[in-house]
Amino acid sequence: MAEKKSLRQELTKGFIIENPVLRLVLGTCPTLAVSTSVENALGMGIAATIVLICSNVAISALRKVIPSKVRIPCFVVVIAAFVSLVQMFVKAFAPALDESLGIFLPLIVVNCIILGRAEAFASKNSVIPSAIDGLGMGIGFTFALALMAAIREFFGAGALTIKVLGKGFSIDITEQLAAIGLEPILIFILAPGGFFVFGMLIALANKIAENNGKPKATLNGCEGCPMASACAVKISDEEASAQ
Amino acid sequence: MKMFLTILLTAILTDNFVLSKFLGICPFLGVSKKLETAAGMSAAVIFVMLLSSAVTWPINTYLLVKNDLEYLQTIVFILVIAALVQLVEIILKKYMPALYNSLGIYLPLITTNCAVLGVVVLNIDKSFTFSQSLVNSLGAGLGFMLAMVMFAGVRERMETSDVPKSLRGLPITLVAASLVAVSFLGFTGVVDGIFA
Repeated sequence: MAEKKSLRQELTKGFIIENPVLRLVLGTCPTLAVSTSVENALGMGIAATIVLICSNVAISALRKVIPSKVRIPCFVVVIAAFVSLVQMFVKAFAPALDESLGIFLPLIVVNCIILGRAEAFASKNSVIPSAIDGLGMGIGFTFALALMAAIREFFGAGALTIKVLGKGFSIDITEQLAAIGLEPILIFILAPGGFFVFGMLIALANKIAENNGKPKATLNGCEGCPMASACAVKISDEEASAQ
Repeated sequence: MKMFLTILLTAILTDNFVLSKFLGICPFLGVSKKLETAAGMSAAVIFVMLLSSAVTWPINTYLLVKNDLEYLQTIVFILVIAALVQLVEIILKKYMPALYNSLGIYLPLITTNCAVLGVVVLNIDKSFTFSQSLVNSLGAGLGFMLAMVMFAGVRERMETSDVPKSLRGLPITLVAASLVAVSFLGFTGVVDGIFA
C-alpha cells in the first residue's frame, strides 16, 4: 500500500481488479466446494463477508497492541471467534444452509482470504478503510462464487435458480433437453467440473487482464499465500518454472 | 477390522480429501511442482493430521462435550492445532535436526491448511471413536499424499506440452486437476463393493 487510495477505490478494487478468487487466487477450497448451487454460494459468500468485515475491523483496531511476532496466532484467534459467532447465527436462523455448507462453515477460519486481508491490509490501515476493504473483498468473493455456481448449476442440473431476498428468476431447460434426448452434464456439479470451470474462469480473467495490461494470476510459488512471511518454504517463480 | 479398512479406503479413494472434498487445494496447486517437495509436504501433513486428531478427540470428548461447550469447538481446535504445530517444530529443531530439515520447513504452512482442521472437524461430525478418528486421519493424509504425488507427476509432463496462450500457468493446471479428479470418480462405490 504505497499510495493512498480513496475509500471508493478500496471498495471497488475487490470486485474486479483485485478479485480475491479470480485474480489473487485465494480461498480456492471453499470456492470449489460450495459452488455447486447459487444458493450455497451466496450463503457462503455472505457468511465469509461478515467474518471478513468484523475481523478486519477488530484487527485494525488492535493493530498497535498486537506484537508483530505473534500476530498470526492473534489474527487466527480473532477470526475464529467471529466464525463461531456466524456459525451459531446460521445454525439458529438458517439450519438448511448449515446443513449444505457442512464443514465449510467452520473452515472459514482457515480461508486464506480472511487471514490474507488481515495480514496485508487490516494490520497496516486504520479502521474505516479496513472495514471498506473487507466489504469490497467479501463482495468480490461472493460474486466469483456465485458466477461459478451459476455456470455449474446451469450445465450440471439443467436448471438455474437465482433468488435474493425472495426475488429472482429461475430457468429450467431439463424438459426441453429431454425432448431432444439429452441430459444435463452431471459432471459439472461433481468435483472435476469444479476444477474445470474454475480453470476456465481464471483463463478468462487472465485474458481480460492481459488486454488491459495487467499481470496474469499465478500460483507458482508461495507469494500469494498469507503465511509466506512466517514460512520457511520458499518456492520462487524462477525455481518453479525451472522444473 | 473390516470397519477400519472401510474407513481407511473411503478416506483415501472415494472421499479423497483433495480431489472430491476440495480440502487443501492451496498446497495441492502451490507445492506440487516438484515431486520431492510434494512428498515432503504430504509426509508432514499426515504427521500433523494424526497428531491433531489424537489430541483434539480427547479434548472434545472429555472437556467440551462434558461441559456443554461444543460451541467453542472451532476456536479450540484451531488453537490446539496451531500450538501443536509450533511445539512439534521446536522439539524437532532441538532434538531431531535431520528430520526437521526434511519435514520441519513445511510445518508453519500446515497451521492454516484447511485439510488439517477439516479432518478434525469431520471426525467429530461423523461421531467417530478415538481409534476410528485416527484411522480416518491416516486415510485422509494418505489420500492427500496420493493426490499430491500423482499430480506432481502429471505437472512434470505438462511442462513440455504446448498450451494455448490464455490457458498457460494456473488455468491449465486446474484443467489437469479436473482430469485427475475424473480418475478418482471411478472409485465411487468401489469400497462398498469390496466389503459387500
